[in-house]
Amino acid sequence: MTSKPNSQRPALEVMDVANAHSLLGGLGTLWRMTKIAFLTPWAATFAILATLVSSALQLMIPRLLGQAIDLTQTLAQDQSGGARTALMWTALMVLGVSALRGLFTTFQNYYSEAVNHYTGVELRLRYYEQVQRLSFGFHDTVHSGDLITLGLLDLDGARQFFSTGLARIVLLAVLIGFGGAMLLRTDFTLGLMALSFVPVVGWFSSISQLRLRLTWRDLQDRMAVLSRVMEENLGGIRVVRAFGAGDHELDKFDAASGKALTLAHDRVDIRVRSTGIMTLSFLAAMGLVLWIGGEKVMAGTMSVGTLTAFLTFMTILQMPVRQLGLLVNSFARTSTCGARVFAFLDLQPAVSSPSDAPDLQLSDITLRFDNVDFAYPAAPDVPVLRGLSFSARKGETIGIIGPPGSGKSTLAHLIPRYYNLTGGRISIDGQDIAQVSLSSLRRAAIVVAQDVFLFTTTLENNIAYGEPRACVEAIERAADDAQIHNHIDDLDARYHTLVGERGASLSGGQRQRLTIARALLPKPSILIFDDSTAAVDAATEARLRAALQAGAADRVTLIVAHRLNSLQHADRILVLDQGRLVETGTHADLLAQHGRYRALYDLQTNAEDREGT
Amino acid sequence: MSDHATPLTLRAVVGSHRPEEELFGSVYDPAIIRRIGAFVRPYRREFLISVVAVLIFTLTQLAVPMIIRHAIDKGVMAGPAGMGVLRLSLLAFAVTIAVNFIASHVQETVVGKAAENVLFDIRRAMFAHLQRVSLSFMDKTEVGRLMSRLQGDVGSMQEFLETSVLSVGDIVLLFGIVTLMLYLDVELGLITLAVLPVLFVVRLYWLPLARDAFIKAHQTNSAVNGALAEGIHASRTVQAMGREGVNASLYRDKVLANLATHLHAARLAQVLVPVVDTLTGLSMALVVVLGGSMVLDRQLDVGVMVAFLFYIQRFFDPIRSLTIQYSVMQRAMASGQRLIEVLDVPVSVVDAPGAMDLDQTDGSVEFDHVTFGYNPSQPVLHDLTFRVEPGQTVALVGPTGSGKSSAMALIHRFYDVTSGTVRIGGQDVRQVTQASLSRQIAMVLQEPYLFTGTVLENIRYNTTTASREAVIAAATALGADAFIRALPQGYDTMLGERGGSLSTGQRQLLSFARALVADAPILVLDEATASVDSATEQVIQHALRTLLKGRTGLVIAHRLATVRHADKIMVLQAGRLVESGTHGQLLAQAGLYAKLYRANYASFDDIEGGV
Ligand SMILES: Nc1ncnc2c1ncn2[C@@H]1O[C@H](COP(=O)(O)OP(=O)(O)OP(=O)(O)O)[C@@H](O)[C@H]1O
Ligand SMILES: Nc1ncnc2c1ncn2[C@@H]1O[C@H](COP(=O)(O)OP(=O)(O)OP(=O)(O)O)[C@@H](O)[C@H]1O
Ligand SMILES: [Mg+2]
Repeated sequence: MTSKPNSQRPALEVMDVANAHSLLGGLGTLWRMTKIAFLTPWAATFAILATLVSSALQLMIPRLLGQAIDLTQTLAQDQSGGARTALMWTALMVLGVSALRGLFTTFQNYYSEAVNHYTGVELRLRYYEQVQRLSFGFHDTVHSGDLITLGLLDLDGARQFFSTGLARIVLLAVLIGFGGAMLLRTDFTLGLMALSFVPVVGWFSSISQLRLRLTWRDLQDRMAVLSRVMEENLGGIRVVRAFGAGDHELDKFDAASGKALTLAHDRVDIRVRSTGIMTLSFLAAMGLVLWIGGEKVMAGTMSVGTLTAFLTFMTILQMPVRQLGLLVNSFARTSTCGARVFAFLDLQPAVSSPSDAPDLQLSDITLRFDNVDFAYPAAPDVPVLRGLSFSARKGETIGIIGPPGSGKSTLAHLIPRYYNLTGGRISIDGQDIAQVSLSSLRRAAIVVAQDVFLFTTTLENNIAYGEPRACVEAIERAADDAQIHNHIDDLDARYHTLVGERGASLSGGQRQRLTIARALLPKPSILIFDDSTAAVDAATEARLRAALQAGAADRVTLIVAHRLNSLQHADRILVLDQGRLVETGTHADLLAQHGRYRALYDLQTNAEDREGT
Repeated sequence: MSDHATPLTLRAVVGSHRPEEELFGSVYDPAIIRRIGAFVRPYRREFLISVVAVLIFTLTQLAVPMIIRHAIDKGVMAGPAGMGVLRLSLLAFAVTIAVNFIASHVQETVVGKAAENVLFDIRRAMFAHLQRVSLSFMDKTEVGRLMSRLQGDVGSMQEFLETSVLSVGDIVLLFGIVTLMLYLDVELGLITLAVLPVLFVVRLYWLPLARDAFIKAHQTNSAVNGALAEGIHASRTVQAMGREGVNASLYRDKVLANLATHLHAARLAQVLVPVVDTLTGLSMALVVVLGGSMVLDRQLDVGVMVAFLFYIQRFFDPIRSLTIQYSVMQRAMASGQRLIEVLDVPVSVVDAPGAMDLDQTDGSVEFDHVTFGYNPSQPVLHDLTFRVEPGQTVALVGPTGSGKSSAMALIHRFYDVTSGTVRIGGQDVRQVTQASLSRQIAMVLQEPYLFTGTVLENIRYNTTTASREAVIAAATALGADAFIRALPQGYDTMLGERGGSLSTGQRQLLSFARALVADAPILVLDEATASVDSATEQVIQHALRTLLKGRTGLVIAHRLATVRHADKIMVLQAGRLVESGTHGQLLAQAGLYAKLYRANYASFDDIEGGV
């Protein structure tokens, strides 16, 4: 589709281009959807059989009614009792056929719907797993709002293929095909007239549905911009308030909303234009049948009953013919929405371990970086880490410091293999982390992320996130070590207190300590703090450090920090700059080197001595 | 909600669905109708036109079988003399379908567009209202929940508005058909209509069942969607903590529960089909037998019988769509309820009547016996009194959770104090307009927040008058210019979601630059340099020394080196001001500040964990 000025969605854009536009791709998508629908073969088959039966029964009704009308006419002359008996039989037939048709329509509807739902279940489960499986590099490039749209709207559009597409084809083929044939056989010219509205309606409804479909994506894109404006506004409401930017935000809203509204109006026009013409052509055909048929009846070449049957049949045919457009829509929708969904499902996570990868075997826990190079997949030309080497053993603590953007967080994220290296090797106890199973690696190495993310649930569930089966005591111990237990204890609902998505009712430091507790609970062998105490005061941090000391002997600890007192007890301190290791050594070594570390130290300790007051 | 039985308690959920959110409303709630009606009023002309159009449309629909009947009885069956009547009927038919065409066109266009307008108006009103409601409400409310109101609920109102006009037509159609059938032949009409009570009884019994089933299906569906949204937002944490397996099985439970409720609802929705079809069949059979005999006895024209058969087939359509309308209406009432809830969130922080603009201030900030709590019974600030002189830079330090950020929030009147007064430039913040207040204060919040857009747009934000040079100057002052220029398109680089492709420190620098560009007399820095190293911070401090000339600065920091040079340092503990003075004075006092300071440096002198 056309590129939208305001949308940054490279990964999804690629999906659009790659699939939705080729006819073959479209057919492939339809075929895959069909296969998924037939994962529940009995329901799908039964739905189709029921559709056949119900549409056949449907066709019998105009016949019977026509026959009844004729009975009243032909038998009007001879007043024998047989006429009434015949009428009686016809009536019973009408009743029976109607009842049976109802029954089979129910089967048809229910089972088609059921197949839709089964398809939905299948797609949803795969989608969710894929969201969890695709690596960080993918999520970096895709707006979460777009993934939600894909997983809700597109998936929903695709999952209904069975009832709106497959089953409907059967229904329409039988009704229009057989019905039309019946009419033409009865009276060819009148049949042609009766059917004259079919191509018109079919054409207009298909065209308008195609147009609606084409504008649908566009509308989704515009709505996505609108949603983004609203969501970012609500998420950043403090910034908005702090800058008194309510009017600015309303302007942004109005711009986005106006664009969506214009298109919504256009779509109303598209829809209405075709429905009007469809009804018109249908009624016109009916008028035509009445006219010519009427003259034929008057001329004695046709019975009133046949005329009635024609007219009744047209009313029955009206619905399926209109549905031709829906059928076209269904195919178009399935091939575009489905293509996007499948393109997403087919993505291979950049970071994965082969299914037969051995688990990480931990012995003395030695973490080694050998000449590690790294650039983010989104910006492969910008080296972020260059030739980084260091190692750490069980019981050791490594401090990491450096200016913003020097690559500290990146380094931290490479240990649990959130991204693949571009060069070099990281190993734990001699095993390349790229060769061991991802789950065992991530059990062993946990990063306390710099950005706090809390779940909208209880404090307890948040702490137990990585170890949901932990016992209460373990949770409280982790909270206690993280210096958050006392605060939680003071709350009314204690560990059952609900916290918001960004933990709005906790202070910055409290939130950080909560995520520390979450990381401590699974007792990782390699624990990495990425600037996790920036919002914690020095005294609390000192207590935290003391509490962590107890477990430190059994693991490797890496601490990224800007406050030197968080680092100085480290066995080794790495000073990073622009992705390079520029200094390394113990606190004392580095002080003696009179380099960058020394400069930072001076700034944080005795700067006042030099600058006076 | 947790319906999975595991021997060990599983402390895990996916999604934060709360079922009470989904309650369906009663079908008719005058209060809601009135409130939503207010949004419809500007378009009442459009709605009136479409009601008229829908009535005309319905009449033409009713007319078609009548014309057919006339054509058959008075034309076709009347022998050669009937030719004229047939022609006339055909003419009437042509006129009818033309009117039908125009009416349906008018009705659908007008109501379709008007409904879109109403929907966008409602959404805008809600969004605008959310810009004014108190932050304490926003603190408690998930963004996702508000978004579902701004999108889903607004959507179901639209559905309702569009179909409500149609249901007027349906009702008229129903009555029209009944009337015409009775008019054509009372006896046959009554007999045919005798099936109706049966249908009503069945429906009456069916409705509550179906309603329950639909509510449940709706609930499980929101639960599944909520869980998916959470999974997407949290994908990084999920992978970092290895929660994929647990989440997948919890999600599976939700999806399967959703399947069950939907299948149940589908069964209920379908049970009526054979009933309706059988009743239709019965009516037609009655017409065939009784009507047929009457035609045989020459008591009835055959055309009437044909018309009857037509009407019967059309008869159940309006009943069916009215039933659908009923559930749309229920859903709309529930949605309306939730929309109104948002519109009715009290705006507790409002401009006082006659509030003046705060244009000229000296930049002084004064807390006068301020007590404040997010929940008034649990104050987080107690009787706080201090004054920041114009041009002074004052630092606020203290343990985490001691109320520093909360105090800063009060300066900007994010919340109203429980007691006491906050004054800016000598004026009570409650007595001036909020818009003018925010022009006096620029804040760097503890958590950096970036919007979708370019670096330039983010730094400029709502100071749209700021030139590109001013933006670059601000970034340069913070030492951020270099890294910004290194980005693919420099200042015009589009940032990813929440600035995701930048490091945290870089994001913080951009937020900081945004406050500088706002160029206000009072600058509040809440941990504004917590995520940058001391060297960068020193660059910033040098810059600030110039930038803060003639401005008032309020600085929160945990790194005491950051605040050492402040004119005054205030130490908060558990919401109370426990010490204040210069760095030197406070050290001499040997109180909490000295202790914190020692904790900062203790270890440098090798005193273990000095608290
Ligand atoms: N929006 C809120 N609703 C309810 N309680 C809150 C809210 N924000 C903060 N609190 C509580 O108020 C107290 C003070 O929080 P505040 O954010 O002012 O602390 P702080 O001194 O800035 O801490 P930190 O240094 O950790 O950022 C804390 O106990 C916190 O849990
Ligand atoms: N997801 C990403 N995609 C592309 N580039 C990125 C991404 N994340 C970070 N970068 C870039 O990589 C560099 C290193 O970032 P990193 O987050 O490792 O810095 P850092 O040392 O942790 O900084 P800070 O102290 O600010 O946290 C920065 O220039 C940043 O802009
Ligand atoms: Mg970082």
